[in-house]
Amino acid sequence: MKKLVLIAVAASALSLVACSKKPPKDLPPPPVGAPGANSSATVPPPMPQGPVPGSRDDFLAKVAADRVFFDTNRSDLDETARSTLDSQAKWLLQYPAVRITIEGHCDERGTREYNLALGERRANAAKNYLVAAGVNVARINTISYGKERPAVLGSNEAAWAKNRRAVTVTLN
Amino acid sequence: MSRLTKLRTYWPLLLALAGSAPLLAQAPAPLLPGTPAPAATPVPNPDAPIEITGGTSSVIPIAIPDMPTPHMTDTLAGSTDVLGHEVAQVITTDLRNSGLFTPTGTSLPSVSMPQVTAPDFAYWSSNSTSKLVEGFVLANAANSLTIGCYLYDVPSKSELARQGYKVAAQDWRRAAHKCADVIYARLTGEGAYFDSRIVYIAESGPKAHRIKRLAIMDQDGANHHFLTNGQTLVLTPHVSPDHRSIVYMSYLGQRGRIYTYDIASGKQRLVVDSPNLTFAPRISPHNTWVLFSQSIAGETNIYRIPFAGGTPEALTATTGINTGGSYSPDGSKIVFESDRSGGQQLYVMNADGSDQHRISFGAGRYATPAWSPRGDLIAFTHLGAGHFRIGVMTPAGSGEHLLTNSWQDEGPSWSPNGRVLTFARLTQNSGKSEIMAIDYTGANERHIVTPLDGSDPAWGGLLP
Repeated sequence: MKKLVLIAVAASALSLVACSKKPPKDLPPPPVGAPGANSSATVPPPMPQGPVPGSRDDFLAKVAADRVFFDTNRSDLDETARSTLDSQAKWLLQYPAVRITIEGHCDERGTREYNLALGERRANAAKNYLVAAGVNVARINTISYGKERPAVLGSNEAAWAKNRRAVTVTLN
Repeated sequence: MSRLTKLRTYWPLLLALAGSAPLLAQAPAPLLPGTPAPAATPVPNPDAPIEITGGTSSVIPIAIPDMPTPHMTDTLAGSTDVLGHEVAQVITTDLRNSGLFTPTGTSLPSVSMPQVTAPDFAYWSSNSTSKLVEGFVLANAANSLTIGCYLYDVPSKSELARQGYKVAAQDWRRAAHKCADVIYARLTGEGAYFDSRIVYIAESGPKAHRIKRLAIMDQDGANHHFLTNGQTLVLTPHVSPDHRSIVYMSYLGQRGRIYTYDIASGKQRLVVDSPNLTFAPRISPHNTWVLFSQSIAGETNIYRIPFAGGTPEALTATTGINTGGSYSPDGSKIVFESDRSGGQQLYVMNADGSDQHRISFGAGRYATPAWSPRGDLIAFTHLGAGHFRIGVMTPAGSGEHLLTNSWQDEGPSWSPNGRVLTFARLTQNSGKSEIMAIDYTGANERHIVTPLDGSDPAWGGLLP
């Protein structure tokens, strides 16, 4: 800070000297780092940026979450899941042209084929909730991946809880 | 694949050696049963699965020296003298892997052509050899091979079985498997199973995004081929009884549906054109039906559709999840799993869907039933205490035994003779999976080595 003040003083002295002889054709550039000349004054402020309305990024930014979670071997929606789906329904009603796929998933503690059916059951539970909330059923596709696509690795309860899920994916 | 033909044609050299005996298989008759009685005494509705410990204890010592060749000849599969060694090795491995034989020695004496039909019994007796396999490899014209196979009982100095196989040179392993099958059937009284193949899902890549490819191999892991390239997730293959096609599930086009894969041409055919999730395909005996599961509005039921195509017909109609399925050998019944009573349990129904009744009542859950080709047992995956284990019970639900004890063993599939089960073993945390096999007594658990990880093994029937 002391250095900046010294530079400013020196610059003032120089301009005073110049003034005393003849007026300059152009004003000298403001000294670098001089008070009142920081970079934000010279660079235009950024445009307000955000996801394109109705896009996948917009969906992810606006909804509570893109996924809901389930208990072991269950496909019923708890209060948190319903709240998440309410936020998804609100967004989907705002952008009626957007179609979605709901992916149903399971943890690794079920047999492969049973989990395919269970994942479909979970996706269908989320779908039914969105439809009841007013989303046109024709906009919703479901697919089950069973235990084929875990979101979280590891063979423990924390990982399994994150993998028992239905994920809403918007299709642009 | 060219067909194997039993050699019934005149072959001067062999006939000269073998006298006037025709080169034909003898009728199998068990000499040394040496195998445990199948299925324990029925115990209705056991509260908990019964553990099985130990297994077969009587194994048959057998010597399988390298097979000589009457004329050393180069073939597409290599020189006939090298093949004589390799055929003996394939037979040795088959019999050892069965768990019912102990092949003796790796440096057995070389056998001359005349000794193939007139063994040096004095030598083998002095060597404490009980059973002896001899044979020969002969190159025919047009790059075909004749492989002879003889089984002797050393103490009684008698011939127990003989067969000859005329095969394309590249099919020499099939002749070796058929020879091993004759020996196995003759000495154990069990049906043959070595000349068969396994389809499975080859796995690679990280646990969160496994790359899965349809693959096929001989039951000993040889002649391995990938059938799909891994770009599309594929699951749960099964071989058709006629060995021409595989049914499996594919996510082609981001939809889970079932397809047939023609093994010869590689062509795929959509089996059921449904907007719903369709999965868990099976083929009925005689290639008549494709059994599959379909999820409609969250409820999953079992359907069948004619193999050639047609209209699906629902066999179950309950809420909840009905899936899997396996036909009895005669095609008259189906065992399947259902959670209609809560957790997964096993049920049997007639092939038209009538008379559905539960057969599993033990603690835990029961899944992936597979009806033995012999008809006497149903293999399953038992879920309990955080573990998946392979087990067997009778079609009436009695005599339950668990065979394996690992973290996750899933999806048993029977060998053609109903004696051995293959299944997938998943490793905790890593997601690594491998193909295993075990005798239905719980003995002789072993790893079937595959180039990549493996899951969903399905053992096909004996090759035609």
